[in-house]
Order: sequence, then C-alpha cells, then structure tokens
Amino acid sequence: MIHLSRRKLLISGLAATAGTSGLAVAARLAQKYGLVPPDAGGIYGLGETLTYASQRLLTRHSLAREFPRSRISPRPFPNELAPLTEEFKRLQAGHFADWRLSVDGLVAEPASFSIADLKSYPSRSHITELACEEGWSYIAEWVGVPLSQVLNLVGVHPQAKYVVYTSMEPDTWDSIDMSDALHPQTFLCYGMNGNELPVVHGGPLRIRLPRQLGYKSVKFITHLTVTDSLKRFGKGLGSAAAEGGYAWYVGI
Amino acid sequence: MAITVSPQLAAETSTPSAVSTAPVTKLAARHSALVRVTHWITTICFLALLLTGIEIVISHPRFYWGETGTNLTTALFQLPIPSSRRLVPTGYGYVLPDQNGWSRALHFEAAWIAVLTGLLYVISGLLTRHFRKNLLPGRADVSWRALLTRFTKHLRFERPSEAEASSYNVFQRLTYLFVIFVLFPLVIWSGLAMSLGFASAFPWSVTLLGGRQSARTIHFFVSLALVLFLFVHVAMVCLAGFWSRTGAMITGRTATRKEHA
Repeated sequence: MIHLSRRKLLISGLAATAGTSGLAVAARLAQKYGLVPPDAGGIYGLGETLTYASQRLLTRHSLAREFPRSRISPRPFPNELAPLTEEFKRLQAGHFADWRLSVDGLVAEPASFSIADLKSYPSRSHITELACEEGWSYIAEWVGVPLSQVLNLVGVHPQAKYVVYTSMEPDTWDSIDMSDALHPQTFLCYGMNGNELPVVHGGPLRIRLPRQLGYKSVKFITHLTVTDSLKRFGKGLGSAAAEGGYAWYVGI
Repeated sequence: MAITVSPQLAAETSTPSAVSTAPVTKLAARHSALVRVTHWITTICFLALLLTGIEIVISHPRFYWGETGTNLTTALFQLPIPSSRRLVPTGYGYVLPDQNGWSRALHFEAAWIAVLTGLLYVISGLLTRHFRKNLLPGRADVSWRALLTRFTKHLRFERPSEAEASSYNVFQRLTYLFVIFVLFPLVIWSGLAMSLGFASAFPWSVTLLGGRQSARTIHFFVSLALVLFLFVHVAMVCLAGFWSRTGAMITGRTATRKEHA
C-alpha cells in the first residue's frame, strides 16, 4: 500500500533531522534571548513559550492603549480580596505612614521607600483598561511613579533579568522581565481616578502593568527584588500564580 | 459497478489505489494526506478549544458590547448558567470549581497548534490548487436559479449522480469556504484582539471590532457558529455513512457508492 522509495526515505530522513535540529537551535536561541518564560516546563510549555516569545518580539516597544478621560468607567469593579492581615490593619490605622517598599537584590544601593517618598518623585498617569482573565474589564486613570524611576534610583546591575515583587497579602508574589519592568507604563501606583488608590483596588501601593491581565498587577506591594534568575524564588516558576496553575506571562 | 473517480479529486493523490475490500471493486482517492492530517489535528484542537472555552466562559458568563463591562455594569446578555466565581450574580446558590488556570493554558496551546496547522493547510491548499479544484464552486453553480434547483433536489433527497457523489456539492463547497475563510479568521482575530499584548502592538485589531468586550462577544458567537457547523458536519457524515466517510478522512480512500452528503 505504501511505497517508500529510497529517495523518499532519504528526503524524509533529512527533513526529520533538519526539523529536530532546527527545533533544538530555536530552543537554544530562545533561551539565549530570554524568550522562554520561567513556567515553560510541563505540557503547556510549548504554548506559553510561543506566546511569550512572539509577544516579546512583537511588543517590545508597544504601548498599551490609552483612553480619553471621558471613557473612565464610572464604577470600577473591585475584585475579591483575601481577608486583610492584622499588620495591614495596623498600617491602615496609621494612614499607611509606616508603609515601606524595600528594594534589594542586584542593585547598587538597596533602599526603602515610604509612600510619601514615592510621591515626592514626579508622578505619571495613564488612563488604561484593567482586564481580568475572567473576562470583565474597566478603564481607570492610574497615578504613580514609573517602576523604571525607582530602579534607576537604586542602580540596577547589568546582569539583572527580572524584578520580583511581593505583596503584603500572604503567599502573593510575582515577577516580570526587565522589558516589562522598564516599560514606561509600568507603575508603582498610589492613585486612581484623582484620589488615593483605594484599599479594595490595592492601596496604598499596587504595581500596574497595562499590557498584562489584572492578576499580574499585584496589590499591596512591599518588596522588590532585582534578580538574574527566578530559580531561587518559590518553586522557580516565577510567581505564586504560576504555582497555582496560572500562567506567568499574561499578555494574552 | 464502474468506478467513477472524479478527475478533480483523483488528481490529488498520485498513487493509484491498489487495495480492495470485499463488496466494492475499487477504492477511489478522496483526501490528500495533508488534508487528512490537518483535518484531524484541527479536530483535536477544536475540541480542546471548545472545552476550555466553556470553562473560561463560566468564570464570567456575562457579555457586553463596547470596550468595558463588569458585574457593576449592565450586561448585553447573561448565560443562565452557574459561575465559577463567587462575585458573579447568577441566581444559583453555588459556585463551580475554578478551572481557568489549565483551561487558559490549554486554550492558547491548542490555538497555536490550530493556527499553525491552518496556515499549513491554507498555503498548501493554494499551492496544490485544492481550494480551486475541490472547494470553489463552478460559476454555473452559484447562480440563484442553480442553487434553488439544487436545494429542491436536496429537499427531495434525490440521489446525486455518480460524478456528483465523488466530489463536493455546491452547498458543501460554500459552507467549507465560509468556515475556512470567514469563521476561522474571525475567531482568531477576535481572540487575538482580547490579548492585551497583541492589542498594544495592533490597537486597530480591537477598535475595528468595537472594543475589547465586543471582541469577546464576537468570539463567543463565532465559536457558536463553529459548533453549529460541527454538528451539521457530523450529522451529514452520519447520513452519508459514518464509517465510510470517516474512513476516507483517515485512509484517504473511499468506496464510490451512495454518497449524499
């Protein structure tokens, strides 16, 4: 039924070898240029890597869509919060005057900032959409200091590849690559729609990345670590969400 | 019985059939290897996309038109099903387990494989003139009069001639072309428009669809249309003889008898 000529066999063999080595080369190149996400192991690694790599190549300099003030959603939807911790309530009682953001890792000068410190730097704002992986979305004006500015203040080492951020919510941490960390729309956000950032939306300090889904914009940020590898953090998948089965990179 | 291999379809496979099974004298070439392989990869991906798509939808079974929409705004419509999230007002007293993590991962992995497979199919279909030979209806077939005549024949369950039976009829051709060149591109586009990264590079992909929530709603309805196609497609396969048609899509060959769909 199937006639495999020597010629066909030879061509198929060559094609298979070329295909396999081509894949191996592609994997090596992707690794070298930082196009493989930390959670690429496992059966969904192919999809995660294709998404992350293609979006990194496609969106390195792109900006999230911004909207006119008139399109700000009148009632931004606050998603469910874990019960606030005692420590949080104590800080809240003091109007977050004692809230600290510490920055360490691969930096020249580790530092710690109060909310007032962060507000003393020139503030930036963008009117962007917050989209949840569930499907809903709203538009708000987000006010804060670009993460790149804080990173410049502490002096990031050239071998830095990721910024890990930790929340005051228990077991909540995440990370982004330097491309996202230095992106002009990535904010340490303390204001929303002309007011202080409400606690239900992550006040007093939330990271805000409008080119990724909502769960990447972690609330209640207290700690940043600059690193060249995510292996030492948790299970090495890059975020608590990834350990719970949710993708590390969610530009999709 | 004489074998009538349609000249169009026979041209697709170079090896003449050498197999024979009991009642039928010869088997006619029907689907090329590339069509068969891409068909089944697409089938697996489609089922994965459908299952995970349902899982993702139940986390927020509300739909909106325009750019934004949340539990606090008016929905265009809401599916009367329970949700996997507590904050969605569904009227049900219970919350389904959250399956979005793996569902999203599998949805996008299946989408990647389906899109790459689809590209391979479309490019090879253009190069081998598969679309022109097998799917593009003849000019005479697409006039209203011809379509009406053909349609009434269908309604009367008239048996097609042998020549007709071994190729696709005009309704099949139009349906397949619509699915391949309208529904699939639209479901991919509306899906990509929901990617914040993709939308940052190509903002028009969202604005042309009327906003993020419109894209989501369009994605939902186009998926429904594809599910409808799947049902009709499988029903027709059953009507035409499930094992012979399915066998043809696996082995590439078919007995040339009795094919109506």
